[in-house]
Amino acid sequence: MQQHPSTPPPTEPTIPAAAPLSEPVTLPTARPTGCPFDPPAELAQLREERPLRRMQYPDGHQGWLATGHSVVRSILADSRFSSRYELMHLPLPGGPAELPPAPPGDMSGLDAPEHTRYRRLLMGKFTVRRMRELTARVEEITAEHLDTMERHGGPVDLVTAFAQPVPALMICELLGVPSADRDIFQRHTATVTDQSTTFKDQMAAYTAIQEIIHGLVLAKRARPTDDLLSDLAQDSELTDEELAGVGAFLLGAGLDTTANMLALGTFALLSNPDQLAALRSDSGLVDQTVEELMRYLSIADTGIRAALEDVELDGHLIKAGETVTVSIQAANRDPKRFPEPDALDVHRKATGHLGFGHGAHQCLGQQLARVEMRVAFPALLTRFPTLRLAVPPEDIPLRTRSNIYGVHRLPVTWDQESGR
Amino acid sequence: MKLSVDRERCCGAGMCALTAPEVFDQDGEDGRVLLRDPQPPHRHHAAAREAAAICPAAAITVIEARQT
Ligand code: SF4
Repeated sequence: MQQHPSTPPPTEPTIPAAAPLSEPVTLPTARPTGCPFDPPAELAQLREERPLRRMQYPDGHQGWLATGHSVVRSILADSRFSSRYELMHLPLPGGPAELPPAPPGDMSGLDAPEHTRYRRLLMGKFTVRRMRELTARVEEITAEHLDTMERHGGPVDLVTAFAQPVPALMICELLGVPSADRDIFQRHTATVTDQSTTFKDQMAAYTAIQEIIHGLVLAKRARPTDDLLSDLAQDSELTDEELAGVGAFLLGAGLDTTANMLALGTFALLSNPDQLAALRSDSGLVDQTVEELMRYLSIADTGIRAALEDVELDGHLIKAGETVTVSIQAANRDPKRFPEPDALDVHRKATGHLGFGHGAHQCLGQQLARVEMRVAFPALLTRFPTLRLAVPPEDIPLRTRSNIYGVHRLPVTWDQESGR
Repeated sequence: MKLSVDRERCCGAGMCALTAPEVFDQDGEDGRVLLRDPQPPHRHHAAAREAAAICPAAAITVIEARQT
């Protein structure tokens, strides 16, 4: 076990003697071949052995890996674990040696009270009620895109024809960002979340988004319109830079999340015909299907925290300064929490999944995402009763090198002659 | 059953208003939890318990009535 000469020993050394299992592991990333929806198989084994265990980080740091639902949940809820980037060691190779602190407005890299300040400004704008009020508009945008798909005829790439534009247009409208810039934003956002691009390129893409938003912020300060950026520009104490950062953060979060759920979720449903049939025959299952897809797919598969002080957890001592990697995908497949976790089951009550995270950083936009998914999935399935993949499933390119899992393309088709 | 909420802890995720809309609401301005009914009728107990259990900020406290 790593020694920190600067840290005094804990007053009560309750740590069990090092067992063979305490050998540090590295973070498994390879998904089983032929199972695009399943987490790496080793994760299940690690979770079964020890839901919290030592992990070897690529930079030489020895920290922790949490895989069990209950321990992941406690870590995310515990303010002794920090979200500040500059305190973290990265779980996967290829990143920078040291992460810089969160740029202004990027609240996911902050702790209370700085995080709270941003969060409080925003959470009133994303309430259940406000997001439900957007339902009609989501329905409209969804229908327009389905119309276009239908006119075009199959096969089409569901990602570019449907899954990306619907949430993108919604977040652009909500923020007050011209949707003409959507393609540029989408491209930059893809770069930011792509682990195979260099950190420098990622930062450049982020800065590019932020510069466009910065220009918008100045315009909205001068001439407010009816949107979120204008609201924030009017009644908050945020500087231009902070406001541009918040805008870029919200835009990025809105562009690359629900889009992946819609495409990967459709892929998952098409790959589970019995579940798809159940959903088609009972529209009352939509809400819980959305939660189950969030659990089953866990597209934001991994989180990182850093211990601010020594924390005793699950019979282990996590020392101040150590990084903890929390595997959301492993937690959401924990059989102790969800029976038969590897089955997609639209009849399951998946509430309590950690697909939107947990704790003070739990997804701010989750109620928007829910509205979008609750509208988009049934609309797509109703419009195209014979929807199917247009290529063999093994030919679907997977986003294995991204912070957000999903598919790059999803070619689908349907019977055109039978009316729809 | 008696409920209380800690608006200081609340992070406005809305899980409560989603899960037990008869019992919880969110402030239209700041998004923080509002307790619509601190002593909900029996038919809302299960939903209220669930909301408390999944609240990401542990901002909801349930005091169960003593069984007699
Ligand atoms: S679920 Fe918890 S954090 Fe979310 S709004 Fe309700 S009380 Fe607040």
